[in-house]
Amino acid sequence: MNYTKIIAAKELKSYFTSPAAYILLSIFLLISGWFFANPLFLINQAELRSLFNVIPWIFIVLIPATTMGLLAKERETGTIELISTFPMQKSSIIMGKFFASVGMISFALLFTFVHLFTIIFLGTNIDFGAIFCGYFGLILLTGMYSAIGIFASSLTKNQIVAFILSFFIILVLYLIQFTLIFIPDWLAGFLQYISIGYHFSNLSKGVIDTRNIIYFLSMTALFLKLAVTILESEK
Amino acid sequence: MIEIKKLVKDYGELRAVNGIELKINDGEILGFLGPNGAGKSTTFKVLTGYLQPTAGNIFVGNKNIKDHSLEIRKMIGYLPENNPLYVEMTVYDYLRFVADIREIKDFKKRLKEVISQCGLHGVVHKPINTLSKGYRQRVGIAQAILHDPEILILDEPTSGLDPNQIAEIRELIIQLGKEKTLIISSHIMQEVQAVCDRIVIINRGEIVADGKTAELTENIDNIDKISIELKNAEAEDIFGLKETIQGITKISCEAKDDKLQAEIEYLAENDIREDLYLQIKKEKWILLEMHRKHASLEEIFRNLTSNGGNK
Repeated sequence: MNYTKIIAAKELKSYFTSPAAYILLSIFLLISGWFFANPLFLINQAELRSLFNVIPWIFIVLIPATTMGLLAKERETGTIELISTFPMQKSSIIMGKFFASVGMISFALLFTFVHLFTIIFLGTNIDFGAIFCGYFGLILLTGMYSAIGIFASSLTKNQIVAFILSFFIILVLYLIQFTLIFIPDWLAGFLQYISIGYHFSNLSKGVIDTRNIIYFLSMTALFLKLAVTILESEK
Repeated sequence: MIEIKKLVKDYGELRAVNGIELKINDGEILGFLGPNGAGKSTTFKVLTGYLQPTAGNIFVGNKNIKDHSLEIRKMIGYLPENNPLYVEMTVYDYLRFVADIREIKDFKKRLKEVISQCGLHGVVHKPINTLSKGYRQRVGIAQAILHDPEILILDEPTSGLDPNQIAEIRELIIQLGKEKTLIISSHIMQEVQAVCDRIVIINRGEIVADGKTAELTENIDNIDKISIELKNAEAEDIFGLKETIQGITKISCEAKDDKLQAEIEYLAENDIREDLYLQIKKEKWILLEMHRKHASLEEIFRNLTSNGGNK
């Protein structure tokens, strides 16, 4: 656990010392701000649902960009050999990087509280339960996307390849639900279960169902485990 | 003590290390010498726990690398080949990070010691990517010695440096060697000769020579070589010189047209040049060329490691 903390702290620090992180952060806030503010007065409802609907899409790009370098860069520069010979388990490395990515994205999400305060200021009868649920869902989503990103990053020493691969995996898992009408029933149930949108839509509506939580947590664990296996198989 | 037992490491089809057996005593300064791709780095990678052996094992004290990788890693300081660093960090942040992982209690005190040992004054708060290669190498070595390991492994610590930087790093290595079991690798002869007590020459994943530096160099110093080119002489006559002149250890001879080229090795203490000249004069051979070659460690190295040299 201690090693995980050290790795996470190092990665977070290096995020904030590089300009790329600030650029990504700005882009995220711009896009999410636009999608929040634009329909706000049209719908005339004090809620964040439009925000919760668009953020998963932004994350499809944002999170792979955040995670792409986490292991690929270590491979490229050879520092992977250095940290692999430090007295810690491979899982500590992966978990450290995972928490760094989740921390970074959570930090970005903090800025969306501006929108939250806007609707608190403007609106009445705010459903705080639904808003809490939405943020909770976004954190779960962040975990899962980050795990996928780290898995992709563990496979290659090329950051661009890592980005495209994680983008692609997430996109497929997201889009699967839209293909269901073309798919025979016996398979559709399964595909629906593994699709991200199906599970997230409940949470963004303010419904907490343990099935959704289990889905996100188990997908996260699966991809993290895969990344650890990849690192260990190198031997 | 480090014991490498029948170590084999394959990368897919390629056998990088082929049954290396080696004992390294505490406090020894061992030079691993070999051409590029001989298996030096691979051996280090297994020893430091980065790679798993395909077969065989390595013991450090009574622990083996397969079962006690983490414990052994704690005892080892390692500078990998090409000195990978987190270049966007400052020297301070980088060493702080390493110290946290190495669980160093009194970081401030240890940092001071390492900074003065490695000569990092004045660059501590600079980002590593602004440093010269020589300084980066020092940062790499500082990383390796930070936790004051019993065993220090430096993989080609001076490669890519200019002659001044090489001299500085070599000086640092000699200092470090006084307190630790030190293993360095190199493909440069003089380097290991200057630094190491003992030299292991490795080629194609196998050990081809192993001995105290003094012994290896003594053997070489002991033997001189004369190469001559003669006319009007027969090969048998040349081989016959072994009887007439004292101290000759080896003669090789090759006929070319009407000329004869020969190499005569002899013990350095009895200079045979005079006798050889007199003999040539007496036999009325025509001497076209004669010069003395001083065999060097370099030559031994080349003999042992050139293709098929040893096999």
